[in-house]
Amino acid sequence: MLDTALNVNDLIFLAKGAGMTLVVTAISVFFGTVMGIAFGVIRYQIGPWWAAPITFALDVFRSIPLLIQLVLANAFVTTVLGWRISGFSVACAVLSFYTAAYCAEIVRGAIEAVPPTLRRAARSLGMTWAQDMRNIVMPLATRVALPSWIGLALGVMKDSALVYVVQVVELLKSTQILITRLQEPLFLLMICGLFYFVISFPIARLGGYLEKRWSND
Amino acid sequence: MIEIENVRKSFGPLEVLKGINLTVAKGEVLTVIGGSGSGKSTLLTCINGLEPIDSGRIVVDGVEVHAKTTDLNRLRQKIGIVFQQWNAFPHLTVLENVMLAQVKVLKRPKSEAEAEAVRQLKHVGLGDKLAVYPSRLSGGQQQRMAIARALAMSPDYMLFDEVTSALDPQLVGEVLDTLRMLASEGMTMICVTHEMKFAREVSDRVAFFHKGVMAEIAPPEQLFGAPKDPELQKFLAATH
Repeated sequence: MLDTALNVNDLIFLAKGAGMTLVVTAISVFFGTVMGIAFGVIRYQIGPWWAAPITFALDVFRSIPLLIQLVLANAFVTTVLGWRISGFSVACAVLSFYTAAYCAEIVRGAIEAVPPTLRRAARSLGMTWAQDMRNIVMPLATRVALPSWIGLALGVMKDSALVYVVQVVELLKSTQILITRLQEPLFLLMICGLFYFVISFPIARLGGYLEKRWSND
Repeated sequence: MIEIENVRKSFGPLEVLKGINLTVAKGEVLTVIGGSGSGKSTLLTCINGLEPIDSGRIVVDGVEVHAKTTDLNRLRQKIGIVFQQWNAFPHLTVLENVMLAQVKVLKRPKSEAEAEAVRQLKHVGLGDKLAVYPSRLSGGQQQRMAIARALAMSPDYMLFDEVTSALDPQLVGEVLDTLRMLASEGMTMICVTHEMKFAREVSDRVAFFHKGVMAEIAPPEQLFGAPKDPELQKFLAATH
C-alpha cells in the first residue's frame, strides 16, 4: 500500500477542517438565501428603476473577487472600525452577502418564470398579494430556482476555502498545513478532495431528490 | 346587480372602452359578442377590479368597484371569473386547486372546503379526478376545473372570458354544457364568447361590442333575427 506518514490524528485534524467548511457554508448559505429572497422579491416588486441601488450593491458583491472582499472587509472592521470581531464572523458575513448577491438573481428570475396569468387567477379568487406569493408564487418559483440554488450552495462550499485569509482554518487550509509538515502534496490533496466530495454529495443528491418529488407524476 | 356607468378605459393611446353603460340584473345571463379588440374582455377584468378604469363607475351590489376604500379581495369573493387560459395551479391536485382559496380567503375549515370542492367537481363532471394533477387533464377538463374553483367560492356573479377559445373543437361542447347548466340554475352570468349558437340559446340578452362601444343590446331572437347596427350585420354575416 501507500507509504505515508499520515496518521489518525492528522485525519481528525482534516475532519475538523471539513467541519469548519461545513459550518461556514451552512451559515452563509442560510443567511445568504434569506437575504437573497428578500432582495429578489424587492427587486421584482419595485421594478428596475427603484431597485437600482440594490442592484448596484449586489453587482459589487458579484463582481469583486471574494478574496479581495474578505481581506478588505476584515481590514475595515478590525482596523478602521476597531471592532474586536473574529475572522470567523467576518468570513460568514462576507460569504453571506456574496451568496445573497447571487441568490437574489436566482429568486428574481424564478418569480418572473411564474406565469402572470396564474397570479391573476389567484388574485381573482380573492387572494391577497401575500397569499398569492405564499401559495402560488413560492412553490412554483422554488421548483424553478432549485437547480441554480443547489449549484450556488455547492459553489459557496468551495469558495469558502478562501476564508483562510481571515485566519479561519477550514478544510483546504488544514490540508496545506499538513502538506507543509508531511511533504506529501498529491496524496493529501486527494484526501482533501475526497472530504469535499463527501460533504458536497448529499447536497447534490438532495437537489435530485426534491426535483423528482416535485415532478407531479 | 352590476351597474356600469359611462366607463372609459385606455391602454396608452388606445381607448378600448369608450363610455359603456350597462346594467346586469340578478339571475340574468348576458353574453357579449364582438370582434377581437372590441373591448369585451377588458370590460370583464374591469368589473372585478383586475384592471383600473379611467372614468365612469362600476357598482356591484351597491359597492363601487374602483373606489379607493373598496376591499377588492373581498369584492372578488362574490364575482367569480374564468379566463380563456384555464390557469390551473400546476403544483396542486385538482381537489387542492378548488380548496385553496376557500381555505385561505373564506377561512373555511379544511373538511368543509373539501366537501364543497368535491361537490363542485362532481357538479362539473370531474368527480373521478380529485387526486390528479392538472397536467394529466385535457384542456376541457382543466377549464371545467377552473369553473368549479370559481364556483366553490359561492359567488353571486360569474364572468366568463372566452372560456372555450383556447380549446380543441371537440372539447368545446363539454365546457358549454357546464355553462348551460349554470345558466339553468339561475346563476347571474356575463359570458364573453364567440360561440353564436350558445349565445342564442342561453342568453337573456346579447350585447354586441364594436371598437370600444356597445353598439347594440337586445334579447337574442331580436339581436340575431333582426340586427339593426350595420357593424353587427357585417359581424353576423362573417361568423355564419
